[in-house]
Amino acid sequence: MTDRALPLPPSQLSGPDVRKISRIDIGLKRRYAAERRFRTFGLMAVALALTFLALLFGSIVLRGYTAFQQTRITMIVDFDPAIIAPDGDRSPAAIMSGNAFRFDDLIAAALVRTLEIDPNDEDALYDGLDLLSKGSGPMLRSMIAADPTLIGTKKAVAFYATGDVDSFVKGTIPADVPESQRLIKDKHIVLIDRLKADGALRLAFNTALFTNGASTRPEMAGVGVALVGSLYMMLVVLVLSLPLGVAGSIYLEEFAPKNRWTDLIEVNINNLAAVPSIVYGLLGLAVFINFAHLPRSASLVGGLVLTLTTLPTIIIATRAALKAVPPSIREAGLGIGASKMQTVFHHVLPLAMPGVLTGTIIGLAHALGETAPLLMIGMKAFIVDYPSTPLDPATALPTQIYMWATEPERAFTERTSAAIIVLLAFLLAMNSIAILLRRAFERRW
Amino acid sequence: MGPLWLLALIAGLSFFGYVLGRWKSVVLSGKGALAARPGYYGAYVLVWTAMPALAILIVLSLAKPLIVDRTVRANLPETVLADTTQLSLQISGVEQVAAGLKLATPDELQNIRIGVVTARSVFARHGLPLGEDVKPYQLVAAGALNVVSDGLDTAIDAAVVAALAFGLIFAFARVRPRLRARNLVENTVLALLIAASSVAILTTVGIVLSLLFQALQFFSMVSPINFYFGTIWDPRFAAAGSTESGQFGFLPLFWGTIYISFFAMLVAVPVGLFSAVYMAEYAGSKVRSIAKPLIEILAGIPTIVYGFFALTTIGPFIRDWLAVPLGLGTSGNNVLTAGLVMGIMIIPYVSSLSDDIITAVPRSLRDGSLALGATRSETMRQVILPAALPGVVGAVLLAVSRAIGETMIVVLAAGVAARASLNPFAEMTTITVKIVNQLTGDLEFTSPQTLVAFALGITLFVITLGLNVLALTIVRKYREQYE
Repeated sequence: MTDRALPLPPSQLSGPDVRKISRIDIGLKRRYAAERRFRTFGLMAVALALTFLALLFGSIVLRGYTAFQQTRITMIVDFDPAIIAPDGDRSPAAIMSGNAFRFDDLIAAALVRTLEIDPNDEDALYDGLDLLSKGSGPMLRSMIAADPTLIGTKKAVAFYATGDVDSFVKGTIPADVPESQRLIKDKHIVLIDRLKADGALRLAFNTALFTNGASTRPEMAGVGVALVGSLYMMLVVLVLSLPLGVAGSIYLEEFAPKNRWTDLIEVNINNLAAVPSIVYGLLGLAVFINFAHLPRSASLVGGLVLTLTTLPTIIIATRAALKAVPPSIREAGLGIGASKMQTVFHHVLPLAMPGVLTGTIIGLAHALGETAPLLMIGMKAFIVDYPSTPLDPATALPTQIYMWATEPERAFTERTSAAIIVLLAFLLAMNSIAILLRRAFERRW
Repeated sequence: MGPLWLLALIAGLSFFGYVLGRWKSVVLSGKGALAARPGYYGAYVLVWTAMPALAILIVLSLAKPLIVDRTVRANLPETVLADTTQLSLQISGVEQVAAGLKLATPDELQNIRIGVVTARSVFARHGLPLGEDVKPYQLVAAGALNVVSDGLDTAIDAAVVAALAFGLIFAFARVRPRLRARNLVENTVLALLIAASSVAILTTVGIVLSLLFQALQFFSMVSPINFYFGTIWDPRFAAAGSTESGQFGFLPLFWGTIYISFFAMLVAVPVGLFSAVYMAEYAGSKVRSIAKPLIEILAGIPTIVYGFFALTTIGPFIRDWLAVPLGLGTSGNNVLTAGLVMGIMIIPYVSSLSDDIITAVPRSLRDGSLALGATRSETMRQVILPAALPGVVGAVLLAVSRAIGETMIVVLAAGVAARASLNPFAEMTTITVKIVNQLTGDLEFTSPQTLVAFALGITLFVITLGLNVLALTIVRKYREQYE
């Protein structure tokens, strides 16, 4: 290799010509140009990678930031007892049962007052109702059931606008296309402008995004339920993978004799870290669901599968942390009469703990974003209610994103991006904590 | 008692045992020097209380479903048992009936027995709607199931409680100053550590066995030759009761996987390698300390995010600016989109591994070359890269294995049409996409449409395992060479 680095064969440099060496063209110009080219390629590669990163974040933030605000239409609702509780029974159960459309009558009445339209003009009324989410009636119902003292009073209620109205108000549905191709018709635009001028229609912080569950209506859909599912899974992963990972690594690093068996385990762990995550999903499906009959879509099963995917990461990180503790600590411990076990648990492990925790948090962050294995075990169900235990059907943040990503409406695209922003924010927070932990407790020996 | 209550009982009594053992050793320490610190005597009693009880609980809980299953089979009529394809369906039917019988009140049970009401209507009233009427033999089997399962539950409770009491009393009685409690406790801890370290082995064994078991079932319906050399993928829907099975040709999926990975590597290898070279050789420490973590962020972003990015940004862009003007395709889902985005995801895997490998080349090689008058790029191209080549090849192989196993990007961006063509703007599909597709919706673990996912899974596992082992061996060998 090195002989090729010489531009000229040695024969030309020997003999009486030696003095002329400075005049021989060794192609410096060409070589420096090559050097610059090479360097530019490198710089371009780095720039390209960073551009991709910026493009990725930029496109998602640009698409998603609007979803943190939502169009609300505030109207004064007259909680008329004659409509809500025609038979006089005001218990929550009575309110939740009975004709569900009676709450739409309340909304219609409020709309008539707000828009000052003729109560008998059905067309005008329906145009107004078009603006409101179809989930407004049920929303009103659960609001009254939660607080029956509202009955008989008048109160301002902020209703959700439909996803299309929301997109229009935010300007993501263009207004300059012909009316026939537009989702929002001219008559609606008139109403929107009027409500806007009255101050009834405005953008407010989108709390539904963080508290609601799955919904077919984008304006009512949120990641709250998915967040709880993810939280349960992270708890299961933490509770199982941290002790298992630490115990396994301690054995491999501190106690295991060097033999074929430990070699096998070692190779095996490195391989497991590179096995596609979907294979873990298949394992979970075959073992936990088909064989052990654990419930499908449960966060417990999700947590178990993610534990298996995370374990290799945690073991590799823990072993590196244990390896970084200098042998003098162990020798000192053994020297003053501690047993091997005492040395490890009283001295080595506490010193390695910051590294272990950093590795665990990074492993958890990976597990939080994992999607494919969760699809395998059915965690892409349409879940509206919060799961109360890890055995209840649940969905997770990444699977919720997957489900929304395949919905065609503009309002869902926006929400998908917002959910991704939430996910990335969690990942960022976890990684920052890991970095801070490392900075705060890192020891150089 | 449910298993959670039993676990709570075990935890509570073990803690109690710890306190007792410690207390006794402290009391006894007046009579002579203890062989270990008092805490170890507490832990000794704790180990004896918890371990046997836990072992019994785990073994019996694992054995219970097997025994119950055998009981159900023993109580099913011959005609039902003969139809092996429907057997698992029958058994889960019996399980449902058994769950229903538990819900019913004694009066209702009596009514069902004398045939005044149908079991189905009673179950429906308790919130357990069944798909069809309950057959008499199902009632018999379900009754037997409930008897056996209740009996086993009682037996488990009794065995666990007995083990707890025995362990606690036995260990407490053995606590005395000369007892080498620490050694016994430490041996137990060591055994636990060994058990924890073998979880990794168990996972691999579990993957291989579970995939293999289901895949073999699949291969008993579709011959491996038709599967691995078939060129048409058309599984049909798993209609209930239909014996018709479609064609399961693996080759179009394999081609899609390879083709997409090829484009991914086309992006990732040059960009990753050149940025690694730049980082290792040219970048100042300031640039390096900013750019390197930024590039590594790409590896930390969940793949679903890349999938969405491909679906909403790259896909439409490629469709509108390349595919449609060139007249080669009209879909936003295409090989090029998936490959490009996957390539972006893989850049950091290539770059950080290559960076490690490049910096691991001994300084003397680099210095020697520079001292001979070679420029830095010449040193890199003619000295360092050839020396680092095996390692870089290993890194690339690892990246290929990641590309082949990647799921979410291709699920969202590659499409579902199984076809083998050379057009990079065509929709194609991969092994992982088909695994996801076949396992979405209702699952029947008896139909080839579901089981094919496991055959695909084990094939994927074997391919990636081979690549990983090869890559890790190369990287390891290479590291040893310079250590």
